[in-house]
Amino acid sequence: MTQASDDRSGESRGGLNRPPLPIPRALRDAAIAAAIAFGLFAVMVGLRTEVSPTGALVLRQRWAEVAMLCGIVFAGRLALTLWLGRRALRPTTAPGPWAVRLQQAGRFFAPALLAAALVLPIVSGGDRYLLDLGILVLTYVMLGWGLNIVVGLAGLLDLGYVAFYGIGAYSYALLSTHFGLSFWIGLPLAGIMAAFWGVLLGFPVLRLRGDYLAIVTLAFGEIIRVVLNNWVSLTGGPNGVSGIPRPSFFGLPFSMSGEPDTFAGFFGLEPSPSHRVIFLYYLILGLALLTNWVTIRLRRQPLGRAWEALREDEIACRALGINVTVTKLSAFALGAMFGGFAGAFFATRQAFVSPESFTFIESAIILAIVVLGGLGSQVGVAVAALVMIGGFELFRDLGEYRMLVFGGVMVVIMILRPRGLVGTRTPSVALGEKRAIGGDLVGEGRG
Amino acid sequence: MAYALQQLINGISLGMIYGLIAVGYTMVYGIIGMINFAHGDVFMIGAFIALITALLLSAGGMLDGPAAILLMLLISMAFTAFYGWTMERVAYRPLRGSFRLAPLITAIGLSIVLQNYVQVSQGARVKPMEALLPGGIEVMRDGGFVVQLSFTQMLIIGVTLAVLAVFTLLVTRTPLGRAMRACEQDRKMAALLGIDTDRTISLTFVIGAALAAVAGTMYLLRYGVIDFYIGFLAGVKAFTAAVLGGIGSLPGAVLGGLLIGLIETFWSAYFSVQYKDVAAFSILVLTLIFLPTGLLGRQEVEKV
Repeated sequence: MTQASDDRSGESRGGLNRPPLPIPRALRDAAIAAAIAFGLFAVMVGLRTEVSPTGALVLRQRWAEVAMLCGIVFAGRLALTLWLGRRALRPTTAPGPWAVRLQQAGRFFAPALLAAALVLPIVSGGDRYLLDLGILVLTYVMLGWGLNIVVGLAGLLDLGYVAFYGIGAYSYALLSTHFGLSFWIGLPLAGIMAAFWGVLLGFPVLRLRGDYLAIVTLAFGEIIRVVLNNWVSLTGGPNGVSGIPRPSFFGLPFSMSGEPDTFAGFFGLEPSPSHRVIFLYYLILGLALLTNWVTIRLRRQPLGRAWEALREDEIACRALGINVTVTKLSAFALGAMFGGFAGAFFATRQAFVSPESFTFIESAIILAIVVLGGLGSQVGVAVAALVMIGGFELFRDLGEYRMLVFGGVMVVIMILRPRGLVGTRTPSVALGEKRAIGGDLVGEGRG
Repeated sequence: MAYALQQLINGISLGMIYGLIAVGYTMVYGIIGMINFAHGDVFMIGAFIALITALLLSAGGMLDGPAAILLMLLISMAFTAFYGWTMERVAYRPLRGSFRLAPLITAIGLSIVLQNYVQVSQGARVKPMEALLPGGIEVMRDGGFVVQLSFTQMLIIGVTLAVLAVFTLLVTRTPLGRAMRACEQDRKMAALLGIDTDRTISLTFVIGAALAAVAGTMYLLRYGVIDFYIGFLAGVKAFTAAVLGGIGSLPGAVLGGLLIGLIETFWSAYFSVQYKDVAAFSILVLTLIFLPTGLLGRQEVEKV
């Protein structure tokens, strides 16, 4: 089996533009794929372990499903081979046809996206589901932009970003429930708290590079989650913190009573529950845009240039006298601060936080958004968040298969476009005219 | 004293399991420089296949004796290795030579796929299995406290040592092992000298998955309860072990696994069970601060 597959891989490498294969070869190829599928599915799908009423485990046989899956693999492989020849599933960093079109429309694309985000609450007419989805997507856009500072600009691979999100959320939750601080005071405090922890994490990892950095940040994320889960007297353990105050419109609460000192009463509007949702929507939109604005501005300043220089070549940075310690710590701190802001927003929106919201999978999803968007590309991150989170919601009907599809889509996008959905970057500094360059010309950073 | 001895036994048998998984991580990292995040889930699949084999055997009334365990081990190794091979072929090979983060994200995606695949195909409920090897031998008696070395623990230690011995022979004495080491040093040069690097990398994944299957089977025998989520934490711990021992170093992976197992067990025994993961990870962070390349890792030479 291995031998046969190696033959095929050898051919596929040279066969980029070959005409489609003859049908017998394609059939044989599909048959091999189906045989492999049978090997994979026979045990795991064909024999399902179930707990019987007596408590013992029994096996239920499901050969029809196995046959169906093998059939799907056979048909899929055959269709793919006949349709695309051997060109299928080759990774490319060259801009695809739609990417070129996107680039042509690029000047209008980002403003159009922004305009769409701005008018969504008005167009949707207060549709609760759409607004909630918008808030969710924007939260991830903001987290993606925050992590982009660390991973995309400074080139430090952070697998525990969710820790800062969690720290921000818990900071605000505890400050507001214990000391009655309002959202507008709690928000900066949560950001400062997260930034503080970012620096605290940054110090020990300054010497680490690449994958060592990745595993330490992952460990840090897990440590924070375990502590949140077990420090019952402070965080409430697995039960979390509930009763977090809802945000008010600069002191005017959103209430259904219509009194003069509520939002609806003050502006003479009909009290409606959608006011709060619309307010939350614009709040997260504003926070996300703040993140974006700070990032764009910083990229033009010495600090941002030092980040990008660090990503491209750390040794050269040292040689040129850039203070690597300050550069790395500031990237960690700023990224963490925006994570903390997002966390505070999350806490006030949910009115409840628990450690379950801050698992490793969240970090992985945020990192995936950054990488799928194309490291360092602001528009790319927004598009990736929209595709991943919006798409995830669209497939709500899939039920338990939804995560399966989600992971599969992640793999497929990565295989087809390893440099992300937006494959081009605009350099921060250029001699003469600024032109978009291919994403593969940008360094990835080794931590 | 007796209590500490018991913890030592428990820690070593847990560490052996981590070590077996860590070897898979470190091998793949050494040869293609990627963190195979889905490796923990391969371990989980190994445990499930072993469980299904055990149920098949018990349906045939043959579930007893060493032959049954050997059969579980072999079948689990074979099918899990097949999963490892397919993973590499479908998800990682197209990204060979791509930039570093791409395979990492693919691996995270694959990990999500495998977890949910098992959840969908086998159900989300915890699967209990009755002990195959009950009992043990009494090592020491100290007052009312009896130090026990259970047969399962003996099996774990024995099987792990045997598998690792075979594996060490494979890496140091066979043409395949030589090819693997050559690929690890310089893949392009190895290819120029006539080594089929694609095949070598495939086989690395196959061997890594087979070792993870051994770990999965041992885990099933020792703890008797598995579910679709066991792979994540075990995977993270094993990766921690690999990094602790110095990633890319095979003896380092086993040493790191043993250390993590011991730290975790002793911390749970003497301090608190809740914070055992924090202890393991803190030790990792501390080690890396003072020894940035792990215990047995080679110092990386920075080149301009």
